[in-house]
Amino acid sequence: MMLSLTLRERPSQRVDMSPLSADQLAGKSAAQVAAIELACGNRKVRVDSLFTVAGTYHSEFEIRGGCDMLDRIGDGMTHGSIIVRGDVGAYAGARMKGGHIQVDGNAGAYAATGMSGGVLRITGNAGDFLAAAIPGAHRGMEGGTVVVAGDAGDRVGDHMRRGMVLIEGNAGDYCASRMGAGTIAVWGRVGASPGLGMKRGTLLLQATPGHMLPTFSDCGTSTQGFLALLVRSWRPVSEKFGGISATRIRAQRFMGDLANEGRGEILVWA
Amino acid sequence: MHIRNVLIEETFAEAFTVRAARILVTARNERWARECALKLTGFATSVIGCKCEAGVERELAPAETPDGRPGVSMLLMVMAKDELGTRLVERIGQTVLTCPTTACYDGFPDAPDRLPVGKLLRYFGDGFQGSKVVGGRRYWRIPVMEDEFLVQEDFGMVKAIGGGNFLIQARSADAALEAAEAAVDAMLPLPGVIMPFPGGVVRSGSKVGSRRSKTMIASSNDAFCPTLRPVTATALADEVNSVLEIVINGTDAPAIERAMRVGIDAACRDGVVAITAGNYGGKLGPHHFHLRKVMGEGAKAES
Repeated sequence: MMLSLTLRERPSQRVDMSPLSADQLAGKSAAQVAAIELACGNRKVRVDSLFTVAGTYHSEFEIRGGCDMLDRIGDGMTHGSIIVRGDVGAYAGARMKGGHIQVDGNAGAYAATGMSGGVLRITGNAGDFLAAAIPGAHRGMEGGTVVVAGDAGDRVGDHMRRGMVLIEGNAGDYCASRMGAGTIAVWGRVGASPGLGMKRGTLLLQATPGHMLPTFSDCGTSTQGFLALLVRSWRPVSEKFGGISATRIRAQRFMGDLANEGRGEILVWA
Repeated sequence: MHIRNVLIEETFAEAFTVRAARILVTARNERWARECALKLTGFATSVIGCKCEAGVERELAPAETPDGRPGVSMLLMVMAKDELGTRLVERIGQTVLTCPTTACYDGFPDAPDRLPVGKLLRYFGDGFQGSKVVGGRRYWRIPVMEDEFLVQEDFGMVKAIGGGNFLIQARSADAALEAAEAAVDAMLPLPGVIMPFPGGVVRSGSKVGSRRSKTMIASSNDAFCPTLRPVTATALADEVNSVLEIVINGTDAPAIERAMRVGIDAACRDGVVAITAGNYGGKLGPHHFHLRKVMGEGAKAES
């Protein structure tokens, strides 16, 4: 039986779940997992004071009854799989290097910050600063793949350095702000001022944004051969994006932010 | 051994270890993929004078290519491994980068030896280039007047074999050419091999060195020249009046053996007297393809 942690009740304080990454659970029995201490507010509490622990850890575990007070799920994990039935708090998949996290719910702010590998899949909505750098950091997401089936908040990919973010719903304001590299694709709409301060990287859209910064310049519609490679690479992680025809490789290119080097691009599929 | 009354001589083809890259070029349609392949593999018949040997391995259907467009798979081979990267950059830079609608990918993605290609060609972008990492591989997007040229950052290098061969000895030039064409047509669909000479056929087989010049590294193979029969130590039977050679390079020995077996079988037809092979006494190349062994394993032979 797969290791499962069932939340007894909504915690009164935020819980740092980072000690429960797949890497740190390897070789531990249910009793040992139950004895792990988690930071909850300004206290340390045992896992079994918050969760009912059952099963044995075999490369994957499940958190049932998740809620938005559970922060840092999968922080720094390198392999294995975490499935969360419910919402998660902030920093889900932060500094993640490999493995797979599935959140069957919504995620809080700063999901995938510092992530450099693996796959984070959120079936609900993601909060602000998805794949973005935390305050004071120079880099947001640095690799891996994030798929959000719902909407994402503001400043998706702020200071993002590498990797893929696929948002199957809408994204908020300042999407791809200060982006340094990588790819963000949004199936629905984006909010105001996408690409603010963007240096490099790609924001890929289905429709021209309603509000485009004046520091983005229209370069016309052209063939972008790499789109075929991107679409093919998305097939295992997103039915929606992977379903796009690989022959759909023409896009309108807006280059910017010309106020900040201007080598980034907003591509709108033709 | 005879196949349809054609003598298969008791000899072997002597071949060499080379370093190879597989280049996949895709384009908007078959026309431009072929145009590009024609240029990329042009003037690449022999390392003796061309610095590399290259040829089309096969055409690729859209479902077989990385970007879902029609393509062509080519093999490019050199003798020294430190030359392969240079040849790739030269040829891809001059023939794929310049060719409308094309993109260029590595055909040996699992090869541990990697050569920088897009990594160097990107400088043509003069600072305006960008890259994308997709599926763990980096691809460079180089801006060009048409729109963008997409090329993979590095290409795999593998050991391969160059110089597999057989010689068709015929009663007439027409018979030799017909047999050679039949052999090449039969071998063309086979994977893992290229025939780098024009139409896959060589009329000027060479011997090592020269009788007259110390600086020549190769000269006409006079023992197989019918017109020199009275003045040289001929290797030809009296009824032989024309000889054509098929040179086969391949990714491994089984690929070359398979091609030789298919090609020789197709070449054994009316007007052909014997099939032989070129070698240097076994002292130079480590790969020996014994004709009778090759034919005995797969073809229906009459002894």
